[in-house]
Amino acid sequence: MTAKISYDDVEVGTELPAQTFPVNRATLVRYAGASGDFNPIHWNEKFAKEVGLPDVIAHGMFTMAEAIRVVTDWAGDPGAVAEYGVRFTKPVIVPNDDQGALIEVSAKVAAKLDDDARTVRVDLTAMSAGQKVLGMSRAVVRLA
Amino acid sequence: MALDQSFVGRTYPPTDPYEVGREKIREFAEAIGDPNPAYTDTDAAKALGHPDVIAPPTFVFAITFKAAGLVIEDPQLGLDYSRVVHGDQKFAYTRPVRSGDRLAVTSTIEAIKTMAGNDIIDIRGEVHDETGAHVVTAFTKLVARRTEEA
Repeated sequence: MTAKISYDDVEVGTELPAQTFPVNRATLVRYAGASGDFNPIHWNEKFAKEVGLPDVIAHGMFTMAEAIRVVTDWAGDPGAVAEYGVRFTKPVIVPNDDQGALIEVSAKVAAKLDDDARTVRVDLTAMSAGQKVLGMSRAVVRLA
Repeated sequence: MALDQSFVGRTYPPTDPYEVGREKIREFAEAIGDPNPAYTDTDAAKALGHPDVIAPPTFVFAITFKAAGLVIEDPQLGLDYSRVVHGDQKFAYTRPVRSGDRLAVTSTIEAIKTMAGNDIIDIRGEVHDETGAHVVTAFTKLVARRTEEA
């Protein structure tokens, strides 16, 4: 593992560069194919509404995959991620228009866990349309 | 209907190995729009100390969730999958998944709870490579929503 961020250079409260990830219907179809998750709530508006959703929603695992990019881009080496967990609190609703939806992700160092292992805990916040879409979103990262 | 608590601790047999291909990793990285070269460029991955291209952190879910099908579709457990939503997901890595890995998953039911009529089941998927070494553990919480009363 070769993280480009040094453990000694971060403090509790250090903010990671925030990022915004766009998602539209084509994104979801592509993710369905790559992940093998073909649940129709992620591409079929009629089906989604029949099961009580307001519209097609993004795969929770897609949102989870986007959010950690804030950490992997910061750390440099995706292999620096030692743990990563989320709670799926609200769906990302993806309308069938040119814009789709946005997933806005911010993150900060919440704790320095182990001076020898050089691990930190990063807490993430993921928002879409003003709603928090992930809860308890945390990663443990091994820094250089 | 509450699920049978006696299933807590039950471990299912390991799955047949899933072989991780570099083009599958590329396809997944493109699907999440992530241009990190560690996912597609062997030299870039090696420069970071990995023997080959690695997979994005959540890539392994497709493998562990398929393995969890042994639990979800266990007729004796009787989970109603049509009511299931994904509650929580966590991964604990020993190392990143990489191209060429042959991964087997062993699923265990960690907990079963009933809250407000919803069945909640925690499944742990231990992922090992072809040498038997641990790669990652996936913790998946599924919630089977309460059946609506007429």
